Amino acid sequence: MAKKLMKGSEAIGEAAIQAGCRYFFGYPITPQNEIPEYMSRRLPKEGGCFLQAESEVAAINMVYGAAGAGARVMTSSSSPGISLKQEGISYIACAELPCVIVNMMRVGPGLGGILPAQGDYFQATKGGGHGDYHLVVLAPSTVQEAADMVMEGFDIADTYRIPVMILGDGMIGQIMEPVEFKVHQKRQVPEKTWAATGWSDKSRPRAIINSLYIEAEQMKAVSERLLARYAQITEKETKVEEFMMDDAQYCIAAYGTTARIAKSAVVKARQMGIKAGLIRPITIWPFPSEAFAKAAEQVKAFLTVEMSTGQMVEDVRLAVAGKKPVYFKGTLGGFVPTTQDMVNELVKLTEGRE
Amino acid sequence: MLHQIISAGFGGQGVLLLGQLIAYAGLKEEKNVSWLPSYGPEMRGGTANCCVVVSDEEVGSPVVTEADVVVVMNRPSFEKYENNVVPGGKLFVNSSLIDLRSNRTDIEVYYVPANHIADELGNGRVANMVMLGAVLKKTHIVSPKTAIECLAASFGERKAHLIPINEQALEKGAEVVR
Repeated sequence: MAKKLMKGSEAIGEAAIQAGCRYFFGYPITPQNEIPEYMSRRLPKEGGCFLQAESEVAAINMVYGAAGAGARVMTSSSSPGISLKQEGISYIACAELPCVIVNMMRVGPGLGGILPAQGDYFQATKGGGHGDYHLVVLAPSTVQEAADMVMEGFDIADTYRIPVMILGDGMIGQIMEPVEFKVHQKRQVPEKTWAATGWSDKSRPRAIINSLYIEAEQMKAVSERLLARYAQITEKETKVEEFMMDDAQYCIAAYGTTARIAKSAVVKARQMGIKAGLIRPITIWPFPSEAFAKAAEQVKAFLTVEMSTGQMVEDVRLAVAGKKPVYFKGTLGGFVPTTQDMVNELVKLTEGRE
Repeated sequence: MLHQIISAGFGGQGVLLLGQLIAYAGLKEEKNVSWLPSYGPEMRGGTANCCVVVSDEEVGSPVVTEADVVVVMNRPSFEKYENNVVPGGKLFVNSSLIDLRSNRTDIEVYYVPANHIADELGNGRVANMVMLGAVLKKTHIVSPKTAIECLAASFGERKAHLIPINEQALEKGAEVVR
């Protein structure tokens, strides 16, 4: 299939449809309105249902319902809207249901602004809602990757009965880049025998979708099941990209939009004679700790760059475990770091300043 | 080959489309491209800009701060982006609306009376295409022919009658900087 120039948000919509998503529930918020707009245009033609809910809370609970009935379902929003969805996300995680949730992060806290940011890392990877749970969180750095991740995300969700979050930012949502919708190599996903699809013939045990467990033993069993699944996901689904790390002495750690800019910075730094490299977590939960632990044996220092006050840097420090210094450079307010910003930071590290 | 372009003006001047056409044409000519708009509450009369990267290599940063080509369609954009042109780069100024001259001696500056030319052609809205004509003539980022093909594809049949005037605008823009 030929490459098309598409906005990130539209590519996400198209990828979802091609992955078999036929239900979308959402509530508008900048900078991701092109996702619901795209779905509203396409889903009716595909025999699906697009519904603009009365609120984010309603939308996520519609996702809960559709997922419980075994449908491939998606919702999307941006930071403040994702906060509103957290209760529902926690319920969906507890009820062990698959779905895809897109967060095109904007700057916060509060209603914040509409410019890109990465301030929802903690929320996305450490829970967000209440209780002991995780989402699988995929962080695209290009439009192509965003499209691929949506398709893969539905498969991961179905395989492990877990909500999957695509964590982009305003820039990934708005940028236009060439994208190719590859014929999706679908995984063998288990049949949804647990789905509540009717019980008229009583040929199987009743399917009950629930997130309320009053009995301690029952609740404990759910948590243990989730825990085992998280271990399995960590083992099988952790993804990371290493860029020019072979002989690197200084390692940038960055994800999403920031990581692609970091690639330019690494190339530029190397032209100046600085042996820089990049480790880019592709899954930010599960976090690719091993890649950082391994790099800690090799590099002199790490530089984590985020569009936040410093969130992923904590996971980098945990992985590096004090073996090497881990510095941080953040941009705030919706500013996107430039290649030169990062090069300047690398130069400071080589001169032993920080 | 790596081109980093900023196109800026006020909403309604077609600065986003100008950038998009370079990106579409770049893709058609099998380059790596990215198009990043400033987004938000922009509307007609507000400011608008976009960053375009056309490259043989994978596009790293889509945010352009060191541009080799800057197009400014109005005075606030001139003041904001004049210094984003790298030494040796090119600045294209819509002299119909900008009465300033650049003081920089380390870049090439082209003054294109885009609105006047567009008005003479009979449609003020093709001023962006006049500018694009000048840009493509001086930079060869993509061929004007590919740009027109991409415009025709995005216009579709309903607006096909507007293609000739857009084509003329491209040619006139190229003539000004010849």
